[in-house]
Amino acid sequence: MSEVKKFLYVNRKAPYGTIYALEALEVVLIGAAFDQDVSLAFLDDGVFQLAKGQNTKGVGIKNFSPTFRALGDYEVTKLYVEKESLDERGLTLDDLLAVTYEDEDDDYEEKPSIRLVSRAEMADLMSTQDVILSF
Amino acid sequence: MKFGIVVSEGPYTHQASDTAYNFAKAALEGGHEVPRVFFYHDGVNVGTRLSIPPQDERNIQQNWTALAAEHNVDLVICIAAAQRRGLLDENEASRQGKDANNIAEGFRISGLGQLIEMGIQTDRLMTFGD
Amino acid sequence: MSTLHTVNKSPFATQTLQSCLNHVKDGDTILMIEDGVYGGTVGTTIAVAVAAITGKVAIRVLEGDMAARGINADRLINGVTPVDYAGFVKLAAETDRTQAWL
Repeated sequence: MSEVKKFLYVNRKAPYGTIYALEALEVVLIGAAFDQDVSLAFLDDGVFQLAKGQNTKGVGIKNFSPTFRALGDYEVTKLYVEKESLDERGLTLDDLLAVTYEDEDDDYEEKPSIRLVSRAEMADLMSTQDVILSF
Repeated sequence: MKFGIVVSEGPYTHQASDTAYNFAKAALEGGHEVPRVFFYHDGVNVGTRLSIPPQDERNIQQNWTALAAEHNVDLVICIAAAQRRGLLDENEASRQGKDANNIAEGFRISGLGQLIEMGIQTDRLMTFGD
Repeated sequence: MSTLHTVNKSPFATQTLQSCLNHVKDGDTILMIEDGVYGGTVGTTIAVAVAAITGKVAIRVLEGDMAARGINADRLINGVTPVDYAGFVKLAAETDRTQAWL
């Protein structure tokens, strides 16, 4: 089947307290090989997954946050972060990891993968998908 | 219509695998197809053949095994999630040097690609988790 | 184009129903399942918010989950209606996608 579907990975849970964030990322990495139209959504506690400065030495769990910065190499370049979710949690874009990708259609210019969207824009994004995977 | 189903919580603690089973059964009875069910996160634990629920309770694994046999449903357990949680088929047990395997009849272990493929090849993807 | 949203959490345990309500579009359907069915009952702290959206969004509650929890149909918010598993399947088939709010 050559049809390209729009896949949205919805991340609503914080990292480490449960395994959902890590195992969601594992699906994203495998899914990248299928050449579908992939977007990631971060809302509610999911925005905590992208927090800067994660250090897991004290808890003995692998820090998987550096993997987000590698997503560009897998051509996963659309990470939608909901502004209201950040606001509610006392966060701004500056508190998040700098995730970027090289745009091959624009002389490999480095561009931010994180796109800040409003709650209404997030709802619009969700309503235009073919497949929604919730974590 | 083809429904793909994801089960992302283990049996008994969460209702998710029961709800997924009831949905799959109703879809099949309604003339739809359920080509595959993908078990992820703790959902992989549904596929152990070693669970022994009390006799007056439903047996979640056996329900799935029977449904799969009757309607040719492909029950896939994610290999990465399964290895973390001690779910092994004969092949994996021998490859990893483990002394036992525990996959129930009708289930098979495979990669996450099967989940994406299910999303591509079915008309609707249903997720049951917590 | 419309979406079937499933909510399986009690609104008194998590923000899941609230988050779903914040992201639905007119013409969508919300199906409350498992512990989510408590969100469809009258007299709760979230009942006003649920009732307010019923004109724009269809709110359904999975019958078996209601019955299991001792909820009769007369306890449901006006405009919120029960559906059985066959109805759940039908909703999933009739909408364009399903989003599980976990």
